[in-house]
Amino acid sequence: MNFILGMVIAAIGMGPVVMIPLVGVGLLKLNFFFGVIVPYAALAIFVIGMIYRVMNWSRSPVPYRIPTTAGQEFSYPWIKSNPIDNPKNTYGVVARMIFEVLTFRSLFRHTKLEYRNTETGPKIDYEWEKWLWLAALAFHYSFLVIFLRHFRFFMDPVPGFVLILEKLDGFMQLGLLPINGLGAPGVYLTDMLLMLALTYLLLRRIYIPQVRYISLPADYFPLFLILTLGTTGILMRYLIRVDITAVKELAIGLFTFHPVAPAGIGVIFYVHLFCLCVLISYFPFSKLCHMAGIFLSPTRNLANTSRIVRHVNPWNYPVKFHTYEAYENEFREHMIEAGLPVEKGLDSEPAKEAEE
Amino acid sequence: MTFYDRGTILPGLIIGLCLFLSPFIYNGGKAGKAPVPELTPKAKEAKQCVAPKPYMTAWHMQLLDNWRQEVVREGSRYFNANQDLWWNNQFDGQLLEKWRRFITSSDASTPGATGKTYYKSLQVTCMECHSNKSKFCDECHNYLGVSPYCWDCHVQPKEDKQ
Repeated sequence: MNFILGMVIAAIGMGPVVMIPLVGVGLLKLNFFFGVIVPYAALAIFVIGMIYRVMNWSRSPVPYRIPTTAGQEFSYPWIKSNPIDNPKNTYGVVARMIFEVLTFRSLFRHTKLEYRNTETGPKIDYEWEKWLWLAALAFHYSFLVIFLRHFRFFMDPVPGFVLILEKLDGFMQLGLLPINGLGAPGVYLTDMLLMLALTYLLLRRIYIPQVRYISLPADYFPLFLILTLGTTGILMRYLIRVDITAVKELAIGLFTFHPVAPAGIGVIFYVHLFCLCVLISYFPFSKLCHMAGIFLSPTRNLANTSRIVRHVNPWNYPVKFHTYEAYENEFREHMIEAGLPVEKGLDSEPAKEAEE
Repeated sequence: MTFYDRGTILPGLIIGLCLFLSPFIYNGGKAGKAPVPELTPKAKEAKQCVAPKPYMTAWHMQLLDNWRQEVVREGSRYFNANQDLWWNNQFDGQLLEKWRRFITSSDASTPGATGKTYYKSLQVTCMECHSNKSKFCDECHNYLGVSPYCWDCHVQPKEDKQ
């Protein structure tokens, strides 16, 4: 698909996500609908969707060991093996998964093919693609910290780890920009990091021809969605503030099943909330579901025991055997009569013909 | 229908969902009511802060930060409630103001009606009316897990325990 078309389709999908709450709350004043009913519906879709998706995956049998072997397999103790990149048991797999989930180890080793122009013509280079890894890591960790920081709205009283995260994240005690009016509240590093990383990931898709060629609306849409989510959040914190006490009242209402939609929260908050609702209800049905899928990846979560352990096909059905012994028992008389060699004679004595 | 590896997939799924739904578990169906900052008799008597209440609720930290910058950097010590709200002199344009009013869906940006001039000072002006820090400032700040650094430098006012 043409990449401009892909972006246009994703942008067309994004339009209503912003416009619906703007019209619904800004003009029609449907605060309760957008503040309570839509979030509950989105959460239900998320939970049921995730259960469906994961259980659907678990219906696929994985009869053979298919881990990617990125190191020397264990064979003899005196041959140096790589217990993490070619795990021989569950401990190795756990270590491998921890590195994979927390540090994106396989992405870290990712290389890309590049042509380097030399005097004798272009030469092939395999460049370590560190920027993708770095941006992905920055994006995921920023998102996690931002998500956890939001727990100050979801939980009452605010748990200690949220306060510590806020302190660390805002340790610069600076405003958004050194301009009067933007000096407070203090800026969070992860807000900026998230937006930078997302922008890089988007520009990378547009700029690198090979990546552009394989990019679809389903790749652009989540980027646009999270960019909008981040933009509205940043706007709400630094530029178009809302009454956050009322926001927490609404959030706590949702999380205690006593929903309320307090008056006086700005439309910008509902745009932010609606973006989130779209994100979590889109989650189980899109590539974003790699959050659950990473744990079910057979190329990562299996120990390489193809040789150490005998693997039996789990859907082997019982085969009816007819052994030669049984065959001979059945036809021995006929065989002797026809002069065919038999292993055992008629009176369960060794047949003389067979010996000769 | 066969589900393979149920022994690991099901617990994993349950743990994952429980982490996502942990606010429900943590709150346990009940939570404190949203706090209402308590006004001292003096504050009640004044009726209006330096700017209208919706504006003060959402923007007081920026107002205070502006005051700090203006006092420390520019030596400008007085604040006129009609002219000096920051959008009036920093951004020129009615359109922006209208958009702001729409997006915050409140009259948060209506300039202060008092027309008074105030001395820009947290300790002298703000805390004169709002002398009950623990009942006025801290209520919402604790509710939302906000820890402003005002009192790292300023002298915290002594409260009369009534």
